Amino acid sequence: MKKSVILGVATIAALAAGAAAAGTVDDVKARGKLNCGVATGVPGFASPDANGEWQGFDVAVCRAVAAAVLDDPSAVEFIPTTGKTRFTALASGEIDMLARNTTWTFSRDVDLKFEFVGVNYYDGQGFMVPKALGVSSAKELDGATVCIQTGTTTELNLADFFRINNMSYEPVPIETNAEAQQQYLAGACDVYTTDASGLAATRATFENAGDHVILPEIISKEPLGPLVRHGDHEWGDVVRWTLNALIAAEELGVTSANIDELSSGPGDNPEVNRLLGTEGTLGEMLGLDATWAQRAIKVGGNYGEVFAKNIGEETPIGLARGLNAQWTDGGLLYAPPFR
Amino acid sequence: MSDVSFVRTEMLPEKAPPASEVGVLGWIRHNLFSSWLNAILTIVSLFFIYYVLSNILAWTFQSVWNANSLSECREIMMATWGDTHGHACWGVIKDRWLQLLYGFYPPYPAHPDATWSNPPETGAWPAYFRPNLTFILLLVAIAPVLFTKVPRKLLFVTAAYPFLLPWLMWGGSIWGPLMVAAGFAIGYLAYKFVLPVAGSLIAMIVAVALPILWWLFAAGSVADAINSVIPIGIASVESRDFGGFMLAILLGVVAIGVSLPIGIVLALGRQSDLMIVKYLCVGFIEFIRGVPLITLLFVASLLLNLFLPPGTNFDIILRVMIMMTLFSAAYMAEVIRGGLAALPRGQYEGADSLGLNYWQAQRLIIMPQALKISIPGIVSTFIGIFKDTTLVSIIGLFDVIGLTNGIRADTAWNGVYWELFAFIGVLFFVVCFSMSRYSMYLERKLQTGHR
Amino acid sequence: MTTITDPPKEHFRLSMLLYDTRYRSATIQVIAMIGFMLLAAWIISNTIQNLETLGRTVGFGFFSEPSSYDINQRLLEYDSRDTHLRAAFIGLLNTLVVAVLGCITATIIGVMVGVLRLSNNWLIARIMTVYVEMFRNVPVLLWIVFAMAILIESLPAPRAFRGENPEATMDLFGTVAVTNRGVYIPEFLFSRGLGDIHLFGTSSLRFDVSLDLVAFLIVLGGSIFAMRKVSAWANATQEQTGDRPTIWHIQLGLLFVPSAILLTVLGFHLGYPELKGFNFTGGTHLRNSLIALWLALSLYTAAFIAEIVRAGILAISKGQTEAASALGLRPGRTMRLVILPQALRVIIPPMISNYLNLTKNSSLAIAVGYMDITGTLGGITMNQTGRELECVLLLMLVYLTISLSISAVMNWYNNRVKLVER
Repeated sequence: MKKSVILGVATIAALAAGAAAAGTVDDVKARGKLNCGVATGVPGFASPDANGEWQGFDVAVCRAVAAAVLDDPSAVEFIPTTGKTRFTALASGEIDMLARNTTWTFSRDVDLKFEFVGVNYYDGQGFMVPKALGVSSAKELDGATVCIQTGTTTELNLADFFRINNMSYEPVPIETNAEAQQQYLAGACDVYTTDASGLAATRATFENAGDHVILPEIISKEPLGPLVRHGDHEWGDVVRWTLNALIAAEELGVTSANIDELSSGPGDNPEVNRLLGTEGTLGEMLGLDATWAQRAIKVGGNYGEVFAKNIGEETPIGLARGLNAQWTDGGLLYAPPFR
Repeated sequence: MSDVSFVRTEMLPEKAPPASEVGVLGWIRHNLFSSWLNAILTIVSLFFIYYVLSNILAWTFQSVWNANSLSECREIMMATWGDTHGHACWGVIKDRWLQLLYGFYPPYPAHPDATWSNPPETGAWPAYFRPNLTFILLLVAIAPVLFTKVPRKLLFVTAAYPFLLPWLMWGGSIWGPLMVAAGFAIGYLAYKFVLPVAGSLIAMIVAVALPILWWLFAAGSVADAINSVIPIGIASVESRDFGGFMLAILLGVVAIGVSLPIGIVLALGRQSDLMIVKYLCVGFIEFIRGVPLITLLFVASLLLNLFLPPGTNFDIILRVMIMMTLFSAAYMAEVIRGGLAALPRGQYEGADSLGLNYWQAQRLIIMPQALKISIPGIVSTFIGIFKDTTLVSIIGLFDVIGLTNGIRADTAWNGVYWELFAFIGVLFFVVCFSMSRYSMYLERKLQTGHR
Repeated sequence: MTTITDPPKEHFRLSMLLYDTRYRSATIQVIAMIGFMLLAAWIISNTIQNLETLGRTVGFGFFSEPSSYDINQRLLEYDSRDTHLRAAFIGLLNTLVVAVLGCITATIIGVMVGVLRLSNNWLIARIMTVYVEMFRNVPVLLWIVFAMAILIESLPAPRAFRGENPEATMDLFGTVAVTNRGVYIPEFLFSRGLGDIHLFGTSSLRFDVSLDLVAFLIVLGGSIFAMRKVSAWANATQEQTGDRPTIWHIQLGLLFVPSAILLTVLGFHLGYPELKGFNFTGGTHLRNSLIALWLALSLYTAAFIAEIVRAGILAISKGQTEAASALGLRPGRTMRLVILPQALRVIIPPMISNYLNLTKNSSLAIAVGYMDITGTLGGITMNQTGRELECVLLLMLVYLTISLSISAVMNWYNNRVKLVER
């Protein structure tokens, strides 16, 4: 729709009849752009750079899906969402998928009617304290002032944790990570709690990172993953299997370095062949063409490469793979077979 | 009898006043140390000023400009001054000032891959010319309204501006805005031709109904049809790319511009004798004025799509514009009502005695005067709305405040604080202060004109 | 000769609905009403249809479920097992607290600044002008964020109070602790207190009323009543005899002695804050978020009030000041006895809208993490339950009620002042 605003508003009633009905895959193809909801700024996961280009781990998922469906990793409209607006944006169709470190929970899946297509990061809620405090376990935090980011599951986990352990605490709810960091560094709270990945990322940018420790307790399970609306299974499958393709590519040893070679023709490993479309008709079953997974992987490499580039140990964020290693390496990443 | 007179016949020459009463000293004595209390107050305030300025000035000017990340800034500070506190790191502004001003608006809309640092090779327009031109045209368009000395011919720009602004900002085919403008022409022509045939009331109804039908059903397809034959247009820009300070100005201008006619209607409705109309208007105005803007923005971001027919979907910036327009319409209605109330009763009676009907009286006598009196109020409403646009950051739009979050999420600038907010504060101050000065000037001018 | 003929009997024709001014207004109103109802019906039917597509139902049942989150500033008891309704109620109280505190301080600061702007001390007048212009021309959201940042960055953390040779010490003879988590002030305690009455049982709106406070207020009210009686007696004596009996010592005694006796009986003492573990305990904790919001809102609104006050004072004709001077009143008294009472009439109506603005601006509390009603009902509750429609509409209704009540009260006051003025 290339209409002026006034026209857009004036003809709104007329437009209304037209849209809807068709599936999201067709919508996205017709539009030529993927509308992807991301966070307004989480270091390493989604943030705009000086040119307005979005960078990060969640952003990479959006780009991979865009590459698979539209053959153009830059055909993505990134729509920043807050903790409050993300679900409405998805439910109302303003965005096609949400990749905004969102925890997969029962009520979000069932009550809010969304479909989590997988997990791109296994996280858990942790605590960071200044070393000077001399605290070595979260059980010693009775009476502490705790900074939390609101609008997430974090505050619920925190309330449960302190309740179960029969401890008191003073919650300081904060809107954004940046503000929380400021309060924590100034000593306005003793503890900062959020997902362990966020803690590590925040700590990495401190002037004196060595003065702060992340406590060993992880008090919750936070499987973070992309999600789509309930009911549109074709689209859910596209996003799910694009994510799985990235994960499987790492397991199968397909990297951005060797993908051109591997996809030039059928090789020895039939699963790689099926994944890259040199054999079988997996792409057609998805409603895409044969080379969809090739394109998704070419954007930023396989899961391991995306991880290393955005949040891995070489980056300022410096996260270890931990739970997010392949199942063959003792992690939880386990892509179903491409068969 | 002697000649000695006891009365002086010539005056003594005037003596210079004592040194303590005139000149700098005298001024200081009168204005700063006229009493003990004043002397103490003066000294305390001098200390206060010294304390504030010495801190702020040192921070502002002993600063680092050439750095690409906060850690680089800190290294330079350590090397230069030996500590990292009390020095601004303006590198973040240098790195991101364009983003803070224009958001994600493409610098060369016709060349989607080009960026500010990487301009397209072949003869593209200078970067950001469209928002800049829109802003300059805005100044040109409001000049004849605000200043009486400006040539009246510029009013044509004012009339064209409502169509130029969307076209320049959003781009696309020129036929869209032209067809919308055509709706007004249709309305006018309909009135002109129907009036002699069927009387004023029918003409009025036709003049309102025809353009609405045109906009709803014909304008879009006609614009598309003409465009397919004679494509004239510029590259289109999605409104979700709008951001930064530009978004604040755009939201403010659109909200005030569109709400002016709505506000006039509401103000007239509130003053009218028709009970139901009056109560509807009062209800609307009081409702909007009774709730905080943030709840209306929640409606824009969370509920507005629910209220519209299924499948309708237009992006968040348009929805915010709608809600901000409704918001400012209620305030505008109150300002205009104030203007109407300030008119002497005689103006209404004069209009009646000339035999003018309601609409003629409003159009020819009442409104021109009421609006003129209301301009200072309208300007201050604009300042208020303009400041309130910062609230959109709470619903996740990237206006200046929202961008500070985005910028601080970049690992290079994580931890920057005061520099960004100081920059934003100064931007807002400069714009709002100059507008409020203008409105004060106008108020003084109007006062001498009327009393 | 003229014959008087009856005007032709008019038959009602349909076109008269449009052309006859007697009927036209009715026609327009009916059309407006129908239009409005159609619009409302359109919106409601759209909403129903959309909700159906989303598979959602509308209902307030979620209010009785446990909220599962904690709120730091709670005037009434609350924990994470309480209901969402209770959480909203706690939030509402927090909104009211900051609004009331803000209105009071904004008025005080505003009146002072407004008067000082007209001061003949050049420097003071200029400083006040700079203050007013700075605050009026920068968004309130920025001021709130600034205020919070300044509190956090410039005040000492509680850990600075620790150790043999602490960097920071408590103020006012060790009774008040000013930290970057807030200010801890002594609290009122009663060792032989009367206890509380619990109202509304175990419902979400339950609250406790401290009988000590009630007793104190009753005694204080009695004292004031007695003082007025004494004052009236003194006036009557003065009118009869011309001599005014000295009553200030009686007045003072009446004011303080009964309250003091009551407080002693109840075993009144102060509980001082004390550094224990991570935080100060004991005492009343005024949180940073409250102070920042309160400070920013009052300073911001005070800048507007100052302008109103100044305009109000300038609106009083110069002759009033001159007449007061001629009577020999000092400038301070002139202001207090002559100018301000008259200026009040001009000042009050715009003041009402500034109070309203302050209350509405308090909804920006989420920027500093103050848990007002926007933070609880319109924040965490909405997030956790996903009931946007119900929460936002209820939130608007709450604010609308607050605003309308403030307007009603202030308008009543305005009318009263007007009557007195005549």
